[in-house]
Amino acid sequence: MKKKLISYAVNLLLTAGIYTVFALLIQGGVINRYYEGLLINIGINIILAVSLNLVTGFLGQLVLGHAGFMSVGAYAAALVTLNSGLPEAAAFPLALLAGMLAAAIVGFLIGIPALRMKGDYLAIITLGFGEIIRVIVLALDFTGGARGLRGIPSLADFTWVYVLMAVTVYVIFTLIRSRQGRAIISIREDEIAAEAAGIHTTYYKMLAFVLAAALAGLAGGLYAHHIGILTPAKFDFNYSVEILIMVVLGGMGSITGSVVAAIILTILPEALRSFADYRMVLYSVVLIIMMLFKPSGLLGEFEFSLASIGRKLRARFFGGAVSRKED
Amino acid sequence: MSFLLQVINGLQVGSIYALVALGYNMVYGIVQLINFAHGDIIMVGAYGAYVVLVLCGLPVWVAVLASIALCVIAGVGIEKVAYSRLRNHNAPRISLLITAIGVSIFLQNLFQLIFGSAGIPFPSMFQVAPINLGGLNISFVTILTIVVTVLLMIALQLLVGKTKIGKAMRAVSEDADAAKLMGINTNSTVAFTFGLGSGLAAVGSVLYSNAYPMITPFMGSMLGLKAFVAAVLGGIGSIPGAMLGGFIMGIVESLTKGYISTQLADAVVFGILIVVLLVKPSGLLGRNATEKV
Repeated sequence: MKKKLISYAVNLLLTAGIYTVFALLIQGGVINRYYEGLLINIGINIILAVSLNLVTGFLGQLVLGHAGFMSVGAYAAALVTLNSGLPEAAAFPLALLAGMLAAAIVGFLIGIPALRMKGDYLAIITLGFGEIIRVIVLALDFTGGARGLRGIPSLADFTWVYVLMAVTVYVIFTLIRSRQGRAIISIREDEIAAEAAGIHTTYYKMLAFVLAAALAGLAGGLYAHHIGILTPAKFDFNYSVEILIMVVLGGMGSITGSVVAAIILTILPEALRSFADYRMVLYSVVLIIMMLFKPSGLLGEFEFSLASIGRKLRARFFGGAVSRKED
Repeated sequence: MSFLLQVINGLQVGSIYALVALGYNMVYGIVQLINFAHGDIIMVGAYGAYVVLVLCGLPVWVAVLASIALCVIAGVGIEKVAYSRLRNHNAPRISLLITAIGVSIFLQNLFQLIFGSAGIPFPSMFQVAPINLGGLNISFVTILTIVVTVLLMIALQLLVGKTKIGKAMRAVSEDADAAKLMGINTNSTVAFTFGLGSGLAAVGSVLYSNAYPMITPFMGSMLGLKAFVAAVLGGIGSIPGAMLGGFIMGIVESLTKGYISTQLADAVVFGILIVVLLVKPSGLLGRNATEKV
């Protein structure tokens, strides 16, 4: 128990340390607005990738409509900020909450029929729902239709995104290590065996699905208040695929992998900007080669943990066998 | 009268969906892969026909044949370069899916690089006056599309049902390992399936470009998605299913566009898919697979 507390404290310090470094760099003007925007995009993509990993990597259900949930959250949050009449500082947390809630409700409603499906059929059905959400947003009046929703105040600064990103990663990580998480993983390993062992599969599937949808909604809310303009075209099938690529490339079932892949895949298109027209061709070639030579993703199911690094260092310098009992 | 016209338009679009759906259908049946690059094969075929027809100034039949040949080469090539390694190493199926998406992004951007992102007008291949059928003016391309599709479906049904290679395809899709033990070359059978599907997609692309004479590097993605939906709707692993699925999709889309709203057409199409999957998960004409414990 004590070890666990120490490890939590170390991780918290590390998270705060990274934040402080970036915050100081931004304050000092070393990181300009362009790079700050990039950091915010990375944070949003990490939330999306990690939450999709919960469903696709740990629950083992292929979902192709994550951008749909994100758009529900984005529009709900933006509409709250624009119409609530509250001061911006008070409206923003409320808006994010509304975005999460709206996405969770939509996720629940879609989950009822969709989670009866398996494998590729679940993928197709979520794809279908994702497209339906997009078309409905396009057709509605109060969402601004194809012109989009404009003039959303940009309230999502680096601090907001970083804190919420850290909380998301923490929540998913602890969930996976908990009793509920083991139930979710058991469904991935063998659904029939899990059910036979007394696990309420429908409940846990729905739990993971709704939580992932809510977090996608959160990412959507942050996105809306970062970019300032929402158009339905942004949240199409291709964006869902982009998030899925992050999950698979990082390694399904590795939260560290999702984080790393989200960072790489957000930076890669920007870094390739100097290649101009060749950018997306290179991106796709890199993707194909990665998948060909490392089909399980960059990190497989590996998780970064300070405890295991400490263990290895101790074993190297003080000798003795590497004990795995400590965690 | 306009209702009938909408139905005929729907049949035309549906025929193209059906031709493309067959490629998805056969490939999914044989390697359980949603081949996302298949939609872009259509785009490759359209550009191929355009280059031969306009830039080289060759006759129509050469353009059609060249388009088919190009698509077959592209389809088999993609299988050999991008998929076969993963298939033979028993990689997780989702890795194969992501590779397919990667190939799709690659093709789209490669063609954007070569031809630019702006649409290119596609010349009309068949200068034949509209045909009057019982007071309805139906364009020649519409009739050609429907007739060619039906004929190809019959030919394909015979190929799969009556020939040796067809038997091999069915065997591999039933159980690839057992087929290998029976002396069937699974790799060449899979390659043949990819080639066959791509060839059909090429025919679809030529017909599509005549109906909607504007080709862009991204024309294949939505068309491919809808064709895949048609394949699932009709039932994976069934040739008549692909045709039925394509026709239903086309007619529903055409009627929604005509009577309800252009914008909502996609939503209605996907809505029908969801309802069908919930009622009959294997699709309208698909086989019911029982799950073994």
